[in-house]
Amino acid sequence: MLEISNLHATVADKPILKGLSLAINAGEIHAIMGPNGAGKSTLSYVLGGRPGYEVTEGSATFDGQDLLDMEPHERAAAGLFLGFQYPVEIPGVSNVQFLRESLNAQRKARGEEPLSGGDFLKLAREKAGLLKLDMDMLKRPVNVGFSGGEKKRNEMVQMGILDPKLAILDETDSGLDIDALRVVGDGINSIMRRPDKAVLLITHYQRLLDYVQPDFVHVLAAGRIVKSGGPELARELEAHGYAEIAA
Amino acid sequence: MMTAPIPTRRDEAWRYSDIQALTRLWPLPAPESIIVPAGGDYRRAIVQNAGDIRQIELVLGKGATASLHVLNIGGAYGRIELAVTLHEGADFHLGAAQIGGGEQNLEIVTTVTHAEPGATSRQVVRSVLGGTATGTYLGKVAVARDAQQTDSEQDVKAMLLGRSATANAKPELEIYADDVKCAHGCAIGELDATALYYLQSRGLPPGEAKKLMLQAFVAGVFDGAEDEEQLQALALAKLGELV
Repeated sequence: MLEISNLHATVADKPILKGLSLAINAGEIHAIMGPNGAGKSTLSYVLGGRPGYEVTEGSATFDGQDLLDMEPHERAAAGLFLGFQYPVEIPGVSNVQFLRESLNAQRKARGEEPLSGGDFLKLAREKAGLLKLDMDMLKRPVNVGFSGGEKKRNEMVQMGILDPKLAILDETDSGLDIDALRVVGDGINSIMRRPDKAVLLITHYQRLLDYVQPDFVHVLAAGRIVKSGGPELARELEAHGYAEIAA
Repeated sequence: MMTAPIPTRRDEAWRYSDIQALTRLWPLPAPESIIVPAGGDYRRAIVQNAGDIRQIELVLGKGATASLHVLNIGGAYGRIELAVTLHEGADFHLGAAQIGGGEQNLEIVTTVTHAEPGATSRQVVRSVLGGTATGTYLGKVAVARDAQQTDSEQDVKAMLLGRSATANAKPELEIYADDVKCAHGCAIGELDATALYYLQSRGLPPGEAKKLMLQAFVAGVFDGAEDEEQLQALALAKLGELV
């Protein structure tokens, strides 16, 4: 589904990713762990097409298409979802209106009929219920006045509504208390653990992986994947720290 | 009868105006005069979409209220000028948006005079400017010597869609009383790149994402207008031309 090969990227002319390769197949959940500054967030933004993140070498294909050649909204329509580490507050823009327009823009790009207001609300209510987010919050401006945990749950509600093929979740666990972590973990499993979908979890800690069991764990250090393994690698990291493993 | 000379850019109130366009419209007809009697209530929406200069003199009697909603969007040069006089305890509200692209020059010029005590005025003005358009707000609040307990507010923001668009904003206070509250805030900026990216990452094409943010930026000014929906629709259509 996602094939990253020898990816090099810079931010403000500073090299961050230095030859990263990774393949993710449908039905798989991958976790990328690594110390601060390793390039984890850069990887997610490069894959999401954020301006300012420049690819200088290498390739990334998504379902056979050149991902790096697509605009951010085209990547979304192709089935990519990026869960933000810091979801953005947008005063005045209602969550519901934004999500409905986004979903219908994606559907239009795929040649599908738009979803009616009623059908959309039904879908939104179902996903909000799944993530235990009050429907009233979805009617409020995007993330404005939301707590850290509510923002992250809102990201997962968005993911549920947009129903992507591949979700890249950048530190979705940061800022969550134990209960919220469980809700978010259950949400990820229920929305994304399907044979035709895949997830790339980017995280510092083992604890999210207790709820969302990865098939593969990779260690990112200094812009490259330095070690890959199964779920046991995450526990090893937790016990011994990055310094020993990444060395 | 003598016609007044055409203003030049040396006149403060016409400093950013399109004098050539003004020359074609000169001499201007007498301003429209509206007097709201004591205790009265006046509401009006003004849409300028043909390149006009509108001059309105509004006098609010004791305890009268007025609520004006303005959408300034049309023509090469469009100007809306309001001269408002508030008597004791009167309340004036202005919600205005001006949206221009191409080479448009749009202006909203207000003078609100608190002539007597206890009157309130609140002005909210939002400008969205693309191309090489110019948008100007000149707003003077004058508080007379004995107009104590005046409460006035000017809330002025402009959004520039490109580096070649221009916004001018000049809130001006002239206060002769000593027990008054006169707030003014002014900001000129551009669309937040992070927010735009966030919207696009969910599937909105860039134009739609910008339109959604701009719609949110101007929407609040029409709150409470009787023809709010029509004003919003006109504003949205105009925004659609700019992104």
